[in-house]
Amino acid sequence: MKKVLGIFMILLLFMLAACSQGTTKTSESAKTEEKSEETTGEATETEEKELPKVAFVYIGVPGDGGWTYEHDQARKLVDETFGITSTTVENVPEGPDAERVIEELAQDHDIIFTTSFGYMDPTFNVAQKYPEVLFMHATGYKTAENMGTYQGRGYQPAYLAGIAAGMLSLNNKIGYVGAFPLPEVIYTINAFTLGAQSVNPDAEVSVVWSNTWFDPTTERQAAVSLLDQGVDVLANYQDSPAGIQAAAERGVWGMGNDSDMNEYAPETYVTNPILNWGPYYVDVVQSVIDETWKSEAVFYGFKEGMVELAPFGKNVPQEVQDAVEAKKKEIVDGTFDIFKGPIYDQAGNIKINDGETLADPDILSMNWFVKGVKGTIPAE
Amino acid sequence: MSQRTSIEQATVEIKTSNKGVFPYRFEYNPHKKTNSFIVPIVSTIVALILCAIFIVINGMNPLTVYGKMVQGAFGSSFGISETLLKATPLLLCALGVGIAYRISIWNIGAEGQFILGAIGATAVTIFLPNLPGPLYIPLMVVAGIIFGGLWGLFTAIPRTYFRVNELITSLMLNYVALLLLDYLVFEPWRDPEGFNFPGTPLFTPFQMLATIGGTRLNQGLIIAVVAVSVFTFLLAKTKWGYELRLLGANPTAAAYSGIKVNKHILLVMMISGGLAGLAGSIEVSGVAHRLMYGISPGYGYTAIIVAWLAKLNPFAMIFTSIFIGGLIVGGYSVQTIGLPSSMSLMLQGAILLCLIAGEMLSKFRLRKATGEE
Repeated sequence: MKKVLGIFMILLLFMLAACSQGTTKTSESAKTEEKSEETTGEATETEEKELPKVAFVYIGVPGDGGWTYEHDQARKLVDETFGITSTTVENVPEGPDAERVIEELAQDHDIIFTTSFGYMDPTFNVAQKYPEVLFMHATGYKTAENMGTYQGRGYQPAYLAGIAAGMLSLNNKIGYVGAFPLPEVIYTINAFTLGAQSVNPDAEVSVVWSNTWFDPTTERQAAVSLLDQGVDVLANYQDSPAGIQAAAERGVWGMGNDSDMNEYAPETYVTNPILNWGPYYVDVVQSVIDETWKSEAVFYGFKEGMVELAPFGKNVPQEVQDAVEAKKKEIVDGTFDIFKGPIYDQAGNIKINDGETLADPDILSMNWFVKGVKGTIPAE
Repeated sequence: MSQRTSIEQATVEIKTSNKGVFPYRFEYNPHKKTNSFIVPIVSTIVALILCAIFIVINGMNPLTVYGKMVQGAFGSSFGISETLLKATPLLLCALGVGIAYRISIWNIGAEGQFILGAIGATAVTIFLPNLPGPLYIPLMVVAGIIFGGLWGLFTAIPRTYFRVNELITSLMLNYVALLLLDYLVFEPWRDPEGFNFPGTPLFTPFQMLATIGGTRLNQGLIIAVVAVSVFTFLLAKTKWGYELRLLGANPTAAAYSGIKVNKHILLVMMISGGLAGLAGSIEVSGVAHRLMYGISPGYGYTAIIVAWLAKLNPFAMIFTSIFIGGLIVGGYSVQTIGLPSSMSLMLQGAILLCLIAGEMLSKFRLRKATGEE
């Protein structure tokens, strides 16, 4: 009986496969027709050059309202700019599953953007196997002939958000929910704290780790644990606005990361860093079309437009907004450097000497908290 | 037996309360012979039709989606190798829980036992860094089995000596295992060069299972198939297998006939945990090549479904594990044609739900209520 069942199931599957192959082909050809109609106008420019097939791997869902949302907005810009339909795979766990998804995409795509730190090794492994495919990995430190990496200087807007937090806090207790104790989160928290202390030397930033990028329930619990300690400004390095919403319920100022989260808590929202990947993604795809792409480790800030500061919430006082805007000008025109000494670590040891600035590799591997941060980085 | 009577009593109540309101009644017959291949096929078709409605609402052609799912999981050597790779840990964990279920020990702790197995195998690489290369794999496999088996024993000992419900202890120990894993990868075992990413350093080549033909498929699959063969033989042909069957059918009678029930429970839980631990050690040495957070995407829980779909038959688990593995792999593939991930999760869930519900409902018969009984 089992055998009969097996044979029947296999037949059924083949039938389904056969039907669907027919339909996919027609839909694809329909798509290409549409495309050719659209592009006939500018056909002279791109002349018969085949457009690259682009794919994106996401850690969460575009509806997270944060990290993945911003990547998906950038994906839409790429699609509009080049008139292509790129492939996305969402909710991919970091680890073995990611490697399978990336390899499956590598079989029929030209450029693959893998948009989470933990995709680094899977991306690297697949890049070795598929030398003709280009890979762009966000926020990592490994590159290869056909694998580039990119990251936004999120610490620049984080410093500005910190200024706002320092001015808004009445009891000098600021909370920060961090995802993982990775350098990108650590330097963001450090810059935020330095910003807060620049206007409010007594400000302290309490950090808890949620150990997840995207899990609204856990993010909320982490936020509540800080709210229970009486913080009156709460920042979150998380993909969803769950922490901001938890803060809003108690009338506490809230900030997130990655994306404008104003709509989730309009009364209590302050501002936060935005990562704006769109223009860079368009440049990357354009460079592939022009055959000028080369493997790089990109670290862009305000100047290149990869980071932004979200518009202020409606209840943020004008003096706070003015102070932030003034500092922003200094950062953008390069007259102010955030990681410039003297800067001390939590134990009071000097980490950056007076007048010295931190080089990019030291920022990208930052593994210590500045003075005024309450919280620990898991020890060796 | 007691279980069965309680279900029968419940059915009687349904019957009486339904009289007069609804002219039909459901009759439950646990011994009813059902056509064993019609039920799963009808269930799968029902699930596919249900999901087709949502796919159409989502603006896509259901046939395209289902075709892509099958193609992603079975349509290429890459797809097949990845499906088998997913099936390996499911098969081993299912074999483990299946053996426990045969004697009515409800071990739902395969997830934790899997994690402990992964920790055990990794411990070898951490604490014995300078062994001769070829020793690593055997040691890691053995460590995985022992760690998983001991974790199973933590459930079995309270069960046998203090009559603590094993459902609760095995489930709770899953969370303990998960927290232990998090502690290890976030603090003492974290890769010092890894920029604080919660994972151990990558294993050396000697600590990785050999792969098959350029795919990620590894020796673990062979180990799993051997394990299935061994247990099929043990259960069918040995005195131990006979005693287990007796114990499963009627524990009281088995005890009277001189079978040492407690000894069997302890041994079975160790084997059950050991198999899940073996799966964990294969996952770290064969696929992940490091211990990291979230090492198991719920293999231990999914294995329970794999085991029940196969009606606890070890040989049939080969097919059910491949089926479920394909469902997971194909679930990601359908995203490449524009289906959101929630939709592929729903598809997986609907197929499983219909399969299980179909199995249960096939034991019922709809009858016109006549008022007499």
